[in-house]
Amino acid sequence: MQIFEYNGSAVVAMVGKNCFAIASDRRLGVQLQTIATDFQRISKIHDHLFIGLSGLATDVQTLYQRLVFRHKLYQLREERDMKPETFASLVSAILYEKRFGPYLCQPVIAGLGDDNKPFICTMDSIGAKELAKDFVVSGTASESLYGACEAMFKPDMEAEELFETISQALLSSVDRDCLSGWGGHVYVVTPNEIKEKILKGRMD
Amino acid sequence: MSQSAVDVPPKGGFSFDLCKRNDMLTQKGLKAPSFLKTGTTIVGLIFKDGVILGADTRATEGPIVADKNCEKIHYMAPNIYCCGAGTAADTEAVTDMVSSQLRLHRYQTSRDSRVITALTLLKKHLFSYQGHVSAALVLGGVDITGPHLHTIYPHGSTDTLPFATMGSGSLAAMSVFEAKYKEGLTRDEGIQLVAEAICSGIFNDLGSGSNVDICVITKGNKEYLRNYMEPNPRTYVSSKGYSFTKKTEVLLTKITPLLERVEITEVGEAMEE
Repeated sequence: MQIFEYNGSAVVAMVGKNCFAIASDRRLGVQLQTIATDFQRISKIHDHLFIGLSGLATDVQTLYQRLVFRHKLYQLREERDMKPETFASLVSAILYEKRFGPYLCQPVIAGLGDDNKPFICTMDSIGAKELAKDFVVSGTASESLYGACEAMFKPDMEAEELFETISQALLSSVDRDCLSGWGGHVYVVTPNEIKEKILKGRMD
Repeated sequence: MSQSAVDVPPKGGFSFDLCKRNDMLTQKGLKAPSFLKTGTTIVGLIFKDGVILGADTRATEGPIVADKNCEKIHYMAPNIYCCGAGTAADTEAVTDMVSSQLRLHRYQTSRDSRVITALTLLKKHLFSYQGHVSAALVLGGVDITGPHLHTIYPHGSTDTLPFATMGSGSLAAMSVFEAKYKEGLTRDEGIQLVAEAICSGIFNDLGSGSNVDICVITKGNKEYLRNYMEPNPRTYVSSKGYSFTKKTEVLLTKITPLLERVEITEVGEAMEE
């Protein structure tokens, strides 16, 4: 059994017109047994920057706490929020530091940069950044997610349409994966508001 | 509390904190994750006025294409570029690190960097990690002593060559070079040959694909031609897009309005003597 398949996860982020959406499933399992159906995989770093972490749940939580700590230090020193590109470099450096004994998780970072330009990126477990202009995926359902997003994505979608697209892509992919699912958690962020929605999915 | 629990910015280098735990998990039967590799075809050749480097743009994670358009030609110095194959994190980290070291060296010596300096810094680092930092590189540049092209293997050995290929598509690309390379190529002939070699890697090797990136370095000038050729466009794109028959059911919605970010510029008084 693969280490990433121990807890099961699915995270996806998509770019829209001056907005972005990031979504994850809600299951936490121990191999084939489900132990929670409301696990938080996506966390807010600041109002315009979110990180979703897939993989081993313990590393997800540890890494999130470390990143929040580093961002708070940055805020104290620089008196402003971190730009998404800078944050991605920070996460990459923290992951590469543990190159020979890595954190067993894959982050998906999504944020709005200067001029409200959306930024998304994902990394493997040792910090190899992969910037994309359309969508990024991560988790046990990643192969299905690649296929679903490739088919459903259109460039320059508005927030409502983006929400519908990312939700459909997420739910259809996790339906084909035993280890993830049990609903969905979607954040759609525009320059003026953060919309957080919980989706109803198949509970199996 | 032990020192490792406090995450102060460390002095640099690798940290082996989690190795014991990961080994324990592996012993219990959980297999380690696979890393993002760059499969790859990377090439370089020396032409009349300098060096041309070329690379494909596919990044793979096992059999899946993770990135269809990644950048494999990394900046080292204004006159030196490096293509990387192998584990993506390693090639990026090693080239960024040596690029910073070269810049500091330029500040100290007030001279342009030499390709041999980059070569020595890279091979020292890779050898000291005995091949575990899996980065295979093609380094090329033009400095005061002329154009140079080198290949660097993950264990730290290097070669100096007039034309070179690395990566899983290296055999496909080398066949093109061996057949058509000659000394004293012009810029256009060189670019044509490099593009042909990368295309042969893209079409014949499964680990390489998508587009061709080219970088031409001459004395005092460099041109980075990102996506010089795109021989694999999406063939059928439906103009209608995807239509959803049934809307997703939403259980709960929470809207957090964000305050408009206000820039506060303090108008201060000028400092007095």
